[in-house]
Amino acid sequence: METIRGKVWSLPDDVDTDIIIPTEYLALPTVDDMKKFAFSPLRPELAGKIEAGDVIIGGKNFGCGSSREQAPEIIKHLGVSCVIAKSFARIFFRNAFNNGLLLIEQPDLPDAVKEGDEIEVRMDEHVIIAGGKEFPIQPLPENLMEILAAGGLVKAMQKRNGR
Amino acid sequence: MGMTMGEKIIAAAAGVPEVKPGEIHTVKTDYLMSNDGTTHLTIDMYNTKLKHPRIADPKKLVFIVDHNIPAENPKTAAVHKKMREFAAANGIDFYEGKGVCHQIMYERYVEPGQFIMGADSHTCSYGALGAFGTGIGCTDFLYAMVTGESWVLVPETLRFELTGKLREGVYPRDLILTIIRDIGANGANYKIMEFGGEGLHNLSVNDRFVLCNLAVEAGAKTGLCEVDEKVRSFLKLREEKYGKPAGGKYFTSDPDAKFLKTYTYDLSKIEPVVATPDFVDTAIPVSEVGEVKIDEAFLGSCNNGRIDELRVAASILKGKTVHPDVRFLIAPASQEVYLQALEEGLVDIFLKSGAMMMNPNCSVCWGSCQGVIGEGETLISTGTRNFKGRAGHKDSKVYLGSAATVTASAIAGCIVSAGGIHSKL
Repeated sequence: METIRGKVWSLPDDVDTDIIIPTEYLALPTVDDMKKFAFSPLRPELAGKIEAGDVIIGGKNFGCGSSREQAPEIIKHLGVSCVIAKSFARIFFRNAFNNGLLLIEQPDLPDAVKEGDEIEVRMDEHVIIAGGKEFPIQPLPENLMEILAAGGLVKAMQKRNGR
Repeated sequence: MGMTMGEKIIAAAAGVPEVKPGEIHTVKTDYLMSNDGTTHLTIDMYNTKLKHPRIADPKKLVFIVDHNIPAENPKTAAVHKKMREFAAANGIDFYEGKGVCHQIMYERYVEPGQFIMGADSHTCSYGALGAFGTGIGCTDFLYAMVTGESWVLVPETLRFELTGKLREGVYPRDLILTIIRDIGANGANYKIMEFGGEGLHNLSVNDRFVLCNLAVEAGAKTGLCEVDEKVRSFLKLREEKYGKPAGGKYFTSDPDAKFLKTYTYDLSKIEPVVATPDFVDTAIPVSEVGEVKIDEAFLGSCNNGRIDELRVAASILKGKTVHPDVRFLIAPASQEVYLQALEEGLVDIFLKSGAMMMNPNCSVCWGSCQGVIGEGETLISTGTRNFKGRAGHKDSKVYLGSAATVTASAIAGCIVSAGGIHSKL
């Protein structure tokens, strides 16, 4: 995988899927219509400021709550290159990879960076560089790498069995 | 090495003799359930993204319209139409307006020992009957729908050993909110919450549903209860009602099964609690909540809209009236529950007290169809979540409590336990 370089947006612990996309906007026709309301209960200005390649940093339990897949889809559509958090809720975790969105668990990084910092994620070296320091990351299981490399589960499925 | 109940179900679904936490296995799914939250997205992907779309086994699929039923605008009406037509064209069981999806699955489908995936986070409820239910998104659903399979990371198991009995006026909802407070909103992340012990067997099957249903609010992959004679009786009754033979496989954890951790709860020590805004893991005793005026009270949802809770509410409401400043909304979890409430005269009590009867659906708990609360308003609810903005405006507040606490609060106009209501009247 290529090295990711991006600007950091910092979010707190327990960012739930109702925060990522409130229920009232789920009826909008496409995720591109929904994405400007991303994180609006918490940070109404955020969606308008995120630029392609930026990195979202969360605390523990990022993505907790409902199984609404629009949540990771919207983050992907905002151009976010990856989300790094102390931990992720499990349904969100699967949904993110199924949509080709990279998630990285790192226990120390969220407290070591501040909003606006630039960081570098070297997936092949299993390390994140921030403020001149190295933060180790776990390699991904093979099946998740396959899904991510294909750009999501549907594309991986097409590759795998011609469906 | 022994296996836990959850590991045994995964091994059976994977067709292997043994599984261990941390392994990734391909499993066959017994049922796949999807509701109007995301089914339209699955159908769109099925129709446009696949070269040769084909459903592995339509008899394993169940589509249920429960989030926005009846439709409140043309957009949701279009979602329902898409589901209805796709289900008819492909021979998929389809329900609309019959109840909350997990309640329908519980009343008509789930069997002990099954592995079930649902495109809804509260699919973890099916552990009440000893089945492994787990929530997925619409892409995972699509994959399972066309292949009949999915992948699963074998989770570690947390054991909750329950002893004793709940005191009068204390409910399973108080117990599970207390457990989630103790272990935290991600205290069971990626893990199985297994409930057992004589305390568990003292609870009804409906009560066990309340425990498993909220397992996801501690991050769990599923909640599982030990199966016993009460489960057999439940399935026998269901056989008489719907003709579905009482089947299933009864798995229990081996004596030498490895639990990551065991927690012990003496049910007689649990007291009425409320979770405070905006997180589920914030339970405090109702007696310590202070003076909190409410604008709306909600009784219903997949967590707490069964006949047991309606009976509790009716017993408290009988002969009393809902506070004039409060809207009290009651949504039975299914038509089956609603009919029983009618037969028992509970609906009479509700309407005469000034409560509003709603149709069986996700209602206020979903925060978009009915009973939405406005800016600065406060709700006390038996719903599943109290996240910021969950029930309406982002600057509104949601407290979670038992049916008894919600009903007593609806009468008093402020948050109060059923035991403490007399001091407020």
